[in-house]
Amino acid sequence: MKQFLFFVQKEFYHLLRDRRTLFILFGMPLMQILIFGFALTNEVKNTRIAILDNSRDEATAGIIHQLEASRYFDIVKNIRGYGELEPAFREGKVKLAVVFPPRFQYTLLHENSASVQLIADATDPNVANTLANYATAIIMDYQKSMKGQQDFPYTINTEMRMLYNPQLKGSYNFVPGVMAMVLMLVCAMMTSISIVREKEMGTMEIILVSPIMPIRVVIAKMVPYFLLSGVNIASILLLSVFVLDVPIQGNLVLLVSECLLFTVTVLALGLLISSVTDSQQVAMLISLMGLFLPTIMLSGFMFPVENMPIPLQIVSNIVPAKWFYYIVKNIMIKGLGFGYVWKETLVLTGMTVFFMLVSIKKFKIRLE
Amino acid sequence: MNSAVKVNNVYKSFKKGKTEVKALQEISFEVNKGELFGLIGPDGAGKTTLFRILTTLMLANKGEAWVDGFEVVSQYKEIRKRVGYMPGRFSLYQDLTVEENLSFFATLFNTSLQENYDLIKSIYQQIEPFKKRRAGALSGGMKQKLALSCALIHRPTVLFLDEPTTGVDAVSRKEFWELLHQLQAHGITIIVSTPYMDEASLCDRVALMQESRIMEINSPKGITENFKKPLWSVRSADMYKLMLDLRSGDVVDTCYPFGQYHHVVFKKDPHTVEEAKQAIATISAKDLEVQRIPATIEDCFMELMRK
Repeated sequence: MKQFLFFVQKEFYHLLRDRRTLFILFGMPLMQILIFGFALTNEVKNTRIAILDNSRDEATAGIIHQLEASRYFDIVKNIRGYGELEPAFREGKVKLAVVFPPRFQYTLLHENSASVQLIADATDPNVANTLANYATAIIMDYQKSMKGQQDFPYTINTEMRMLYNPQLKGSYNFVPGVMAMVLMLVCAMMTSISIVREKEMGTMEIILVSPIMPIRVVIAKMVPYFLLSGVNIASILLLSVFVLDVPIQGNLVLLVSECLLFTVTVLALGLLISSVTDSQQVAMLISLMGLFLPTIMLSGFMFPVENMPIPLQIVSNIVPAKWFYYIVKNIMIKGLGFGYVWKETLVLTGMTVFFMLVSIKKFKIRLE
Repeated sequence: MNSAVKVNNVYKSFKKGKTEVKALQEISFEVNKGELFGLIGPDGAGKTTLFRILTTLMLANKGEAWVDGFEVVSQYKEIRKRVGYMPGRFSLYQDLTVEENLSFFATLFNTSLQENYDLIKSIYQQIEPFKKRRAGALSGGMKQKLALSCALIHRPTVLFLDEPTTGVDAVSRKEFWELLHQLQAHGITIIVSTPYMDEASLCDRVALMQESRIMEINSPKGITENFKKPLWSVRSADMYKLMLDLRSGDVVDTCYPFGQYHHVVFKKDPHTVEEAKQAIATISAKDLEVQRIPATIEDCFMELMRK
C-alpha cells in the first residue's frame, strides 16, 4: 500500500510539474462550458429582420410594433419594394423579412382573412424554421388581441408547455454533453498519453525489469486523473448551476456517483488504448478519432440518436458517452431517480469491467 | 550452476515489413560469477537485443538462456527480482529530481536508499550535491552515474549495462570503468556492452560481436595474443596517399588507419625496421616512420571481420 501511495505521489509530481498541461486540464472545462453557454448557442435572440410594408395601416403597425417589442427580433430595415429584398438577404444584413400586401387591414376586415409573407434565409434551415415559427406566433398573438373586436365562430387554440426546460435553453442539453467530452479528454486521452510516455521514454523498460507487477504502476497513474476529474465535475456543475442557471433537479449524490462511474469507464478505456499503442501521437489520435468524435456525434449530444439511420443507432450503443449522456440528462434535468437509470448504469458498469479486463489481459509484460 | 549467465544457441530475428532481419544468430556463451564481461561490437551487432533477451524483455526465437540459474522465459519473475538493468538510452524520469528518481526505483524494488547505501555510496556521493536537481538537467556523465545508482539500488546479483559510456566524455568514461571495478569487488557479475574497442582491455573477458554473431570470446590478452602476424605502424607526411599506395601495392597484406598511424601487415614479413622501410620505399612517401607494434583488440576485430 505504501508502495502504491508512493507511485501515486510520483504521478502527481509529473502532473504538477507540467504546468501547461495542467492549465489545459483545468481550463478546458471552464472554457467549454462558457463557450457553449454564451457563444455557441442556437437560440434565437435579437435576429435582424426587415419589414416590407405595402399597406401602412393600423393592423400592420400593430404587428410591426409587437415584432419589435419581442426580444427575438430587431427591425433593422424598412424596405420599400421587392427589389431591395434580395440584396438585403445577400449581404446577410437580415435573416427574415416580413412582407405585408397592400390594403392588409382592409382585406382582413372585409374578407376575414389576409396573408403575411415571411421570407427567411434558409442557409441554416433550423434557424430559418425557428425564426418563421416565432414570427408566426407573434402574428397569431396579434390576431388574438383583435378577437375582442371580431367574432370568429369557431377557433381552436393550441396551448404549448415545454416540460423540464420551459425556456428551451440550449444549456440544458449541452451541460451533460460537455461533461462527457471533458471526462473523455482528461481521463482517456491524458492517461493513455502518460502511460505511453513511459514506453516512449524507456522508463517502462526498467519498470518491467523489476519485481513489481507493472500494472500496479499503471493503475497508480490513474489516481491523479481520477481526482482531477472530480474537480472538473464539480466545477462544471457549479458553473452550470450558478452561471448558466441550469438547476440540478435530481439527487446530487446520485448524479456525482454516476459521473464518477463514467470517469472510471473512460480511465479503463485510456488504459486499453495505452496497452495497444507505443507512441504518444498514436495514443492521442486514437483518443481523438476513436473516442472524442463518437462522443460528440453519436451520444445524442449534438444530434438526437432517434433521428439517426438504424445502423448508426446500433453503433451508438457501444459509445459509453451515449449512456452517460442519457443518465445525466435524466437525473440532472428531469430529476428522475435511480429507478429510471439503473439499466443504463448497469450497461456502463459492464463496459467498465470489460475494458478493465481486456486491458489487463492485453498488458504486455515484455517489450514485444 | 556456477555461471552467472549461460546462453545456449540463441537465435532472434525481427520482421520488418516482408523481410526478416536477423538480430542474433547462434549465440552461445557463459559468464562466470563475479566476472566483468564485455560485449564489444559496432552499432547494430545485436548487443541490445541480446541484453533484452537476458533481462526477460524479449523472447528469443530459438535457444535457451539462464541468468543467475533461472531460465529467462519460465522463471522471468525470479530474474526480474535480482538483476539490475541500465538501458542504452537514458531512461529515468527527466522531470523528477535525482533524489526522487532514486526513491522511485528503491520503492519499485521494495527497498530503500539506506538499505544498500554501502554499495552505491561511492557513486551516489558524486551526484549527491545535485540531489535536488531534475534528472533532465544533469550532464551526460552525471546522468550515467544516476542511472547506475538506480540500477544498483536493490543490490542485484547480475548487472546489465547497455552501452553505458556512449556519449560520455573521456574523463567520465574512465571514472565509470573505475566504478565498475569497485562494484566487481562487491561480488556483482557485470555484463557491459560497448562499441569502444579500447574499453575491451578493461574487461575480464570479452565477446567480439559483428552482424548478429559472436566472432570470438576470450580474455583481452588472449585475443591480442591470437593475432599471430607481425604488425607494423607506419606514418608519413601524406597519410591518405600513403594508405591508398600501400593498399594498391603488392607488398602489403592489410592496412587500416588508426588515428595518427596506419597499422600494416606485410605479405612477406620484414625482420627489421630497415627492411620494412625498404619494402615500402618503392612507394615514394616523405618522412617515413616505421615501427614494430603489438596488436590491439581493434586489430584483432578487423582481422576477424575479414574472415
